[in-house]
Amino acid sequence: MSYVAIFITYIFVNNFILTQFMGLCPFIGVSKNSESAIGMGMAVTFVMGIASIMTYLVYTFVLVPLNLVYLQTLTFILVIAALVQFVEMIIQKNSPALYQALGIYLPLITTNCAVLGIAILNITEGYNLMQSFCAGTAGGIGFTLALILMSNIRERMELQPVPKVFKGVPIAFISGGLMALAFMAFDKALLINLLG
Amino acid sequence: MNILFAFLIIATLSLILGLGLAFAAKKFAVETDERADEILAVLPGANCGACGFPGCSGYANALSAGTAENGLCPPGGVKVRELVASILGVASDGGGAGEKMVAFVHCRGNNELTKRDFVYEGIEDCNAAHLIHQGDVACKYGCLHLGSCIKVCPTQAISRDDLGNVVVDPELCIGCLKCTLVCPTQVIKMIPYRGSHAIACNSLDSGGVVRKICSVGCIGCKICERKYPESGCVVPNFLATIDYSREMAQIGEAAEACPTKCIVKAR
Repeated sequence: MSYVAIFITYIFVNNFILTQFMGLCPFIGVSKNSESAIGMGMAVTFVMGIASIMTYLVYTFVLVPLNLVYLQTLTFILVIAALVQFVEMIIQKNSPALYQALGIYLPLITTNCAVLGIAILNITEGYNLMQSFCAGTAGGIGFTLALILMSNIRERMELQPVPKVFKGVPIAFISGGLMALAFMAFDKALLINLLG
Repeated sequence: MNILFAFLIIATLSLILGLGLAFAAKKFAVETDERADEILAVLPGANCGACGFPGCSGYANALSAGTAENGLCPPGGVKVRELVASILGVASDGGGAGEKMVAFVHCRGNNELTKRDFVYEGIEDCNAAHLIHQGDVACKYGCLHLGSCIKVCPTQAISRDDLGNVVVDPELCIGCLKCTLVCPTQVIKMIPYRGSHAIACNSLDSGGVVRKICSVGCIGCKICERKYPESGCVVPNFLATIDYSREMAQIGEAAEACPTKCIVKAR
């Protein structure tokens, strides 16, 4: 599978939030305004990219040789949690500005299922190291895209006369569902037609 | 046997990751300025924003970094300025926040004592009411009694008394100026904490106009200024003011003699 196809797949066709329904917690929680949505999206993209590499390495060079593949979920959670902590430390030390922007979102990502999801998907899809990294980054971009779209919708919804029972989270879930429906239009057949 | 092996592998992996993190925490530890924490402990911690920085921690960081001037904290006053100066190792220069100032609502005109121009039934906010003909109160200098200052006060020092007047508790007031900024009629002004009395009127209208619309306003009769020259009262226009820098020996007698009794005890 070419890298372009991986990118299109994980941004549109298999969008993490709108097609695979992973990472719904930040999708509702951090989408109230677009500024924090962008911050969260950047942080997730960053972590997903690096986590893809790390989990691939751990899987290929630790779990497979030791014949412990069935421990992948447990190991990946461990590795991702440690990785996020480590990344947070490095950012805090080397780039205070970036830490101000991403800092509060990083601990939220530790147990985000989108990050664990991409790690496991990379293994099931049988990607190599570079493909894993691309899939991770693209997944993060897709996540960011959905989050930014959602935050803009919610910002506009604040000004609309929404019925009282639907105000806030309920209407957000309904719009999320409609967005997911729209993303159904991107399917594998379209991708094959586009890329041959 | 298998399960023991799996256990050992995960345990080893966790140990390696844990040690790695511990090592990284040492290696990448961010050196924070200890003085910033010390200053933060000294600051009042009300996060009122009167210094112009986002909260007390913002001011503490700016102070320790040397980008902010000492003495910008009105709630802390002289005491905090000197403590901060000793932490920073510089001389307290006497500038900035001086003696303790507290807010005082210069108006006693409640619904019964002051006339209304119309009945206001809008949202309960002084600035909203002020947009409509400068509020429903006939006196355009007085308190609108809708309590915007009560909402902004970080220490809950402002409340309504039994007569419906808005009053500031000088013991709780930290002098952050927030109420003076939110008040549309600027009827809240700062007075020195040591001042025993204050003028409970803010109207610059002439005596006749004040008499028509309010029974407790200052009519500018100058009795306090002429009969009690030692009271500290000065009446430059139609509103008496107290010069707190002078000896206020006769202020009690002046308050007694005031025909509308608008010289009141400040605390």
